[in-house]
Amino acid sequence: MQRRINILRNLDWTTIFLYLALVFMGWLNIYAAVYSEEHNSIFDVSQRYGSQLIWILAALVIASVILLVDSRFYFVFANYIYVALLLLLVSVLIFGVEVNASKSWFHIGSIRIQPAEFAKFATALALAKYMSSYGFKLFRFSSLSTIAFITLLPAGLILLQNDTGSALVYTSFIFILYREGLPHWVMLFLAFFIVLFIFVLVFNKFVLLVILFGITMLLFALLSQKYRDSIRFSLGVLGLGAILYGASEFFNLNISLYYLLLIPLVIAIPIALIYAYLNKIRLVLFLLFFLLSTLTFSFSVDYIFHNVLERHHRERIMDLLGIESDPLGYGYNVNQSKIAIGSGGLMGKGYLQGTQTKYNFVPEQSTDFIFCTVGEEWGFLGSSVVIIVFVVFLLRLIRIAERQKEAFARIYGYGVVSVFTFHTMVNIGMTIGVFPVIGIPLPFFSYGGSSLWAFTILLFIFLKFDSSRRD
Amino acid sequence: MAQNVPTDRRNIISGIIIVVFVAIIVRLFYIQVIDSRYKLSASNNVLRYITQYPARGLVYDRNGELLVSNKAAYDLMIIPRQVSPFDTTELCNVLSISKETLIASIREARIYSTFKPSILVKQLSSETYAVLQEKLYKYTGLYVQPRTLRSYPRKIAGHILGYVGEVDERTIKKHPYYQLGDYIGTSGLERSYEDELKGKKGVNVYLVDVHNRIKGNYSNGNFDTLATLGNDLTCTIDAKLQEYGEKLMVNKIGGIVAIEPKTGEVLAVISSPSYDPDLLVGRVRSANFRLLDSDTLKPLFNRAIMALYPPGSTFKIVNALIGLHEGVVRPETRYSCDGGYRVGRGVGCHHHPSPLNLIGSVQASCNTYYCNVFRNIIDNKKHGGVEGGFSNWKSHVESFGFGHRLNIDQPNELSGTVPSISFYDRYFRKGGWSSLTIISLSIGQGELGTTPLQMANLTASIANKGHYFTPHLVREVIGTDKNASRFKEPIYTTIDSTWFKYIADGMDLAVNGLPGSGSTARIAAIPGITVCGKTGTAQNPHGNDHSVFIAYAPKENPKIAIAVYVENAGFGATWAAPIASLMIEKYLTDSIARPWMEQRLLDANLLNRRAKKN
Repeated sequence: MQRRINILRNLDWTTIFLYLALVFMGWLNIYAAVYSEEHNSIFDVSQRYGSQLIWILAALVIASVILLVDSRFYFVFANYIYVALLLLLVSVLIFGVEVNASKSWFHIGSIRIQPAEFAKFATALALAKYMSSYGFKLFRFSSLSTIAFITLLPAGLILLQNDTGSALVYTSFIFILYREGLPHWVMLFLAFFIVLFIFVLVFNKFVLLVILFGITMLLFALLSQKYRDSIRFSLGVLGLGAILYGASEFFNLNISLYYLLLIPLVIAIPIALIYAYLNKIRLVLFLLFFLLSTLTFSFSVDYIFHNVLERHHRERIMDLLGIESDPLGYGYNVNQSKIAIGSGGLMGKGYLQGTQTKYNFVPEQSTDFIFCTVGEEWGFLGSSVVIIVFVVFLLRLIRIAERQKEAFARIYGYGVVSVFTFHTMVNIGMTIGVFPVIGIPLPFFSYGGSSLWAFTILLFIFLKFDSSRRD
Repeated sequence: MAQNVPTDRRNIISGIIIVVFVAIIVRLFYIQVIDSRYKLSASNNVLRYITQYPARGLVYDRNGELLVSNKAAYDLMIIPRQVSPFDTTELCNVLSISKETLIASIREARIYSTFKPSILVKQLSSETYAVLQEKLYKYTGLYVQPRTLRSYPRKIAGHILGYVGEVDERTIKKHPYYQLGDYIGTSGLERSYEDELKGKKGVNVYLVDVHNRIKGNYSNGNFDTLATLGNDLTCTIDAKLQEYGEKLMVNKIGGIVAIEPKTGEVLAVISSPSYDPDLLVGRVRSANFRLLDSDTLKPLFNRAIMALYPPGSTFKIVNALIGLHEGVVRPETRYSCDGGYRVGRGVGCHHHPSPLNLIGSVQASCNTYYCNVFRNIIDNKKHGGVEGGFSNWKSHVESFGFGHRLNIDQPNELSGTVPSISFYDRYFRKGGWSSLTIISLSIGQGELGTTPLQMANLTASIANKGHYFTPHLVREVIGTDKNASRFKEPIYTTIDSTWFKYIADGMDLAVNGLPGSGSTARIAAIPGITVCGKTGTAQNPHGNDHSVFIAYAPKENPKIAIAVYVENAGFGATWAAPIASLMIEKYLTDSIARPWMEQRLLDANLLNRRAKKN
């Protein structure tokens, strides 16, 4: 008896309140999204909102059970839970059912379970356990490779199920590493390469080369303070390019602009090296490395984009970047979603008054595109409130994570933060057209037992750690 | 170490989260409040998505004659939620349907979805549409969706052109491009070339006010897409030949396939009885389909590629070629025949001069000769026993395209059967069979099953002296540079090309030999054209023998290879040979010099010959 009272007193009720608020709003919106006059009771279990109510009740039971289990259990069994989920991920590949072209569901009677959803908390547990083990140091090759292994194994299995969205969630664990000491420059570098990735797709090769060359020279000028040398050098390269252009025109060689710049650059590299040697400027080496690695990266992006990615991924990215547009093809979902949200206006059309989501113009409106209903019926104000609740929820989780005394609980906490942040950001982002459509659910909102249960487990294990931190 | 990590890490992570979500809120503000593109002017206004259905691609014959075209039709659509009470009697009068039907369809639509459009009445004619259009403003929630339907100017080749039908649930699940009520090619070329023919749907988004009036394009048509027409096809069929063949086959059951040997282009595919393809279009489709489907003569069944027949004596030329190639028979080898092969159960033969060499045996179609050849092939010491000899024979036979699909561009092609060793091991027992037990294979009987298409392909291989091109029905998808290279690659038989001239000579003599020399198909001779042919009379378990004939012409520069099957019609020379002969003449000279023969065939009714007379 004593222990149970303790649990209740130590629980972070703010988080639980936020959780319940999100789940309740989600349920109301599923009702609105599927609403029809024939089935207008919100408790009708033949409809999605009815079954969602059952999932919610079951989730609350699951939450209670999690809170009753000793928190050491999760620590001790972290690796077993992880392995068990891996086995499930493998077996779904063999025995699973294909839904929407991804083979990631188990059919048990009339219930469908998606193991990929549950693999997230298991991976977070395993990562936390490994990273909190005695004598762990982040900056060792063996540590980093083990972390990569723990994260990429489930991600790879999920990729095999053809569920790219769920696999990408695992990239969010970079936040854990950052919190645990990954240097700032790694994050900056990652950000830079993401920007470069978009640049490669948006601009053609020539413009990209100009930009990269410009950045390199600018960095050199700023960092070495040798403005005159950098101007001379730039003019030299451009001049050589101009001469080549003249020659190409004169002899009718038809050399493309890209090569007209690339050839002088290649010629300039040994000159730059000699220059660096004579003046003893190591910065030049670093900048050369920067230029070459970004160029290599841009080539490989180009290659991967056109040869490795599947067509529908490619099309979604192209659509997002505004390179190609096909409102009825791959851009259809996003366009319909934008119309639905946009038509909501400032105040929204009112609960159950939405026309766009009602008429089924938005596909997957109760699952991946549930935010459309929010946007259409509750307007900008309502959507902002929902987003703010999410942000408060996430910040609250960070706060709880920071107050943990054990590294295990803190690391797991950041895992929870990472997963929720990624899901919320990408899901809402894709409905308003700032992220590619990768089909991952909005936590607590989207219809579906698997995702709701998995998010509940993820959260409540963390709350359990928090409640027993003073034990 | 953990405690030493400065709190700025926490702040940076929190900062990133806040920045990202502020950016999302800003974007939301832009979409929802600033950008007016997404606004609907009044709350009662709704968007109406009218799908622009592209016309399916047309189909032309090899000479540019139109075989399949389109005509306009209109679907009356309903969105149950938007419907307000209206005068049902008036609407029923316009549509000429009963009130009960109307109410039932409305109920059905309501059950499907109150929000999504469903079809209330399918395929109204242009005339009905004109009347309805005037009154449409009275019926909120109803609108008209233009469609196109197939039409067939020449009313021929229904089997290979195929038909379109409404897409089923399973296909919709698999290919989300299709929506309920869309049409999809379900048989024939319509199905094999669905991707090329279907084009691409477009959509127009309109604003509709409470009075069911279209107020204009939504967002200046920014969300509209144009429909793309389907690609037209040029098929390899010769419409005149096809039509003529169908005419000759009236009141007969069977199949004809004609191929241009040099290219593998199929000139005509006739399956009889056939049907008027226009019967399977529009509102009459389901009634007619049921009628055709229950017909005992199975007019919907494409016998040319889906019926298995024994090849009969036409198959002797395959055995002759294998024998020559394997060196177990020479062109000058003679076997005497006294009316049958007397070993084992024996095989009878008809009256002809004896003994015959190889060319003579083709000319006179001697059974005894081929019993000898076949036994030489199977019992060839080189292959060490029956099984070795048999599997060698089988692989030669299969190289002619037997026993597997030829992969013509038609769905549901049958693969045919060539028996296997394991089949005989099961049927008799292992080691319990020999060349004598399976002797019927020598004359194309027994466990062989071939389609008329495969027989025509065999003829083309002989005309080409040892190779064929995959038979195909489409020469070009107009407007694309897509031409299937698999149709352009010659496929070689395993027989050396030098042996084919003896077969050609034998088939020449079978048609053009002197009277009394034992020629079996003199009826097929065309003055001025050297036709090479081989008759067959295929015994079968379904009744009277099938009349079979394969032929190609002209001998030196073959332009057409043809196989004709007439079910239960008796000797090959009686019915199949004249039909083949007339078709060759029609194709090569575009006229008929033997009206008496044509008349005899047109008058013949061979529908009731199934029962064996003896």
